[in-house]
Amino acid sequence: MKSKFSWQKGANKMTIAVLALQGAFLEHEKMLHRLGISTIEIRQKKDLSQPFDGLIIPGGESTVQGKLLHDLDLYDELKRRIENGLPTFGTCAGMILLASNIENDDSKHLGTMHITVTRNAYGRQLGSFHTESMFHGVGKIPMTFIRAPYITQVSDDVTVLATIDGNIVAARQGNQLVTAFHPELDNATDVHEYFCKIIGG
Amino acid sequence: MSNKRYELNKNLAQMLKGGVIMDVTTPEQAKIAEEAGACAVMALERIPADIRAAGGVSRMSDPKMIQGIQKAVSIPVMAKCRIGHFAEAQILQAIEIDYIDESEVLSPADDKYHIDKTKFDVPFVCGAKDLGEALRRINEGASMIRTKGEPGTGDVVQAVRHMRLMQSEIRRITSMSEDELFDKSKELAVPYELVRYVHENGKLPVVNFAAGGIATPADAALMMQLGAEGVFVGSGIFKSGNPRKRAAAIVQAVTNYKDAALLAKLSENLGEAMVGINENEIEILMAERGK
Repeated sequence: MKSKFSWQKGANKMTIAVLALQGAFLEHEKMLHRLGISTIEIRQKKDLSQPFDGLIIPGGESTVQGKLLHDLDLYDELKRRIENGLPTFGTCAGMILLASNIENDDSKHLGTMHITVTRNAYGRQLGSFHTESMFHGVGKIPMTFIRAPYITQVSDDVTVLATIDGNIVAARQGNQLVTAFHPELDNATDVHEYFCKIIGG
Repeated sequence: MSNKRYELNKNLAQMLKGGVIMDVTTPEQAKIAEEAGACAVMALERIPADIRAAGGVSRMSDPKMIQGIQKAVSIPVMAKCRIGHFAEAQILQAIEIDYIDESEVLSPADDKYHIDKTKFDVPFVCGAKDLGEALRRINEGASMIRTKGEPGTGDVVQAVRHMRLMQSEIRRITSMSEDELFDKSKELAVPYELVRYVHENGKLPVVNFAAGGIATPADAALMMQLGAEGVFVGSGIFKSGNPRKRAAAIVQAVTNYKDAALLAKLSENLGEAMVGINENEIEILMAERGK
């Protein structure tokens, strides 16, 4: 494979952890394997003792994953590592877990990213949709939204990366990347490559 | 239903993977299920154990009752319609249900035809006890499959039998030569393309959950180790002594289904499990409905 980014030279040395509590974690792992990146699964606290360079929080149900983070005693350690700069990529439910504010929900989860999100912003399953749209610095990419949230507010340290009909659907704050859509469900590897670039520095 | 809509519906099932879908009959139960970590709830008036006990014809639930549950929780809400009863399915679509279960737990409305699920925008999950049934339902438009098991019994033997049979048929097709696939598709009465997909991928083209008779964290772990991608728990939770605790334990068991030490802890002090009926003690075999 022709090297598009500098990180690709080191890709075979890179390991990304995927939070595997519930949801579409295998899809992320397959995507990363296509890029030649090793993965490990985080299912409980002892899994955190393995070395890894970045973390993906997948789609699924944020209520389930949020609860299991506490039940399995992963919450404090993960929050600390993300706050200390661990590159982290959250998709859909993952974005909700990272948000500091959830508009239509009293709960707050990791809350490490200064964004306000609305859960199920497009309604029930009949509101799920697929589209193609611009992702800043990457170009036009496929975007699949499943009972998806979107971002309604960001603070000054957050960069907006994609919007659809005026709603923010992708953003970055330092080493944290979030998308309301599911790049792991489509063929294009662009967003995962973008995340690897963040890890590569 | 457009191709894209079918993809989106399969995608929603992917988001449910590694999760537990719980039967609930009231908004209060739905709240308990959501707080315990259910990835979706199945709204129905009577859980399978009570349907079994009550006898008589069992139908789709009151839409008002389903809507009450939709309002109570933020996770996906599923509901059941009778096999072949497309009008019940149309009603469930009209109230924007997230998933329809065309279910053998209710009395079948049609003893020959299942619903043509390709005519709907909302997704369908269907029960299957072998690979042929699973692929026939997928061909009709189902975007998720579950084992039939024997609902309302608390006896996991049939779910195990169905999951084992399906997995062993999949393994057999994976090792077939390409010219044998044509005959296999005739034998299973399913399109060649679906058999070919199984041959090439070693799995169903949609997500496959376990259902029927799952009552303990160990039952859930057993089904996950046998190849289920998640579990439905029906009567097992709200027919037990401590629903909240049992539900949360089953959720954790599905995430860490291979960690026996953790499973031991999760199985402690759960209170009374649902009483259960053995397979040979029951009069109606729901799994025999709809092939």
